[in-house]
Amino acid sequence: MQGIVDAFAPLYAMWQSFEAFMAGPGSPGLLGYWIVVVLMMTGFYIVIAHDNLVKKIVGLNVFQVSVFLFYILMAKVSGGTAPILADGIEKYANPLPHVLILTAIVVGVATTALGLALVVRIRNAYDTIEDDEIQAVEEEEDA
Amino acid sequence: MLIMGVMAIAIARIRDLFAVSMLSGIFSLTAAAAYVVLDAVDVAFTEAAVGAGISTVLMLGTLALTTRQEKVTGGKSKGTAAFFVVAVTGAVLIYGTFDMPRYGDPIAPIHHHVAPRYLEKSFGEVGMPNVVTSVLASYRSFDTLGEVFVIFTAATGVLAILGRVGRRRREDEEADETKTARTEDASPDKETAS
Repeated sequence: MQGIVDAFAPLYAMWQSFEAFMAGPGSPGLLGYWIVVVLMMTGFYIVIAHDNLVKKIVGLNVFQVSVFLFYILMAKVSGGTAPILADGIEKYANPLPHVLILTAIVVGVATTALGLALVVRIRNAYDTIEDDEIQAVEEEEDA
Repeated sequence: MLIMGVMAIAIARIRDLFAVSMLSGIFSLTAAAAYVVLDAVDVAFTEAAVGAGISTVLMLGTLALTTRQEKVTGGKSKGTAAFFVVAVTGAVLIYGTFDMPRYGDPIAPIHHHVAPRYLEKSFGEVGMPNVVTSVLASYRSFDTLGEVFVIFTAATGVLAILGRVGRRRREDEEADETKTARTEDASPDKETAS
């Protein structure tokens, strides 16, 4: 068992140096939030720049995960552990954002399922899942 | 988290939708790993099971019912405009982060409102060592009940939509058998849809 733990030691050391970089005095301590912003903007770009409906839903998912990550980043307390009460531990991460995000993940999947079902329905009605082609079909009908 | 950034950009570039849905599954799994190192183990469980598992299955099911390949849409100007909008929004958001408390800062205001009360009293009041569970199931149980309603509504919606698709397909097959042109059959279909 200790061997397994030792095998992950370099990975853990890497994480600790990354964490030190994020929270350290040299850096502004906001790197995590910036990664979240980059992820969020990538999702946003996918949603507005692509015509494929499945791709748009994947983009929404990326956006969603970035928001979750943002909440979890705020809940972190340096030197704290997961919010499971145990003897001899003083500092815990904030449990409230965890609860909110737990609910949000499940609701997110429910909305994804509904969106994908609508995609299947649109495909059956229009024979395409590309936004511009659907518009072309509709204009043809109006004319 | 840097890996997640790379993956998200890959999702934006790849046109094979099968690869995209696989990548989004891996993306969720990486997110779950990030939650573990950020001390949110419960969230990591849910993300790995629901985000990486069920979402990928749903996505693959949709691809099986529709098509695998994204069409190349010749919108160079659209992509540039979208990139411009995204860059401006991102710059504004990064400007906003300068007012955020520093990463892991224990004196951030978020850690001093209700969270300490949960951490101190929840064991005596609910009797669960896992604070996330006791908040989810006890203090915020109405929220969780509402979540169940949302899932129920979504399931009803999916069944209502896909049930129609199945019926329509059977009708289409019957129509094909009687040599009716499919295009004529599709137009009343669209009217009912709108």
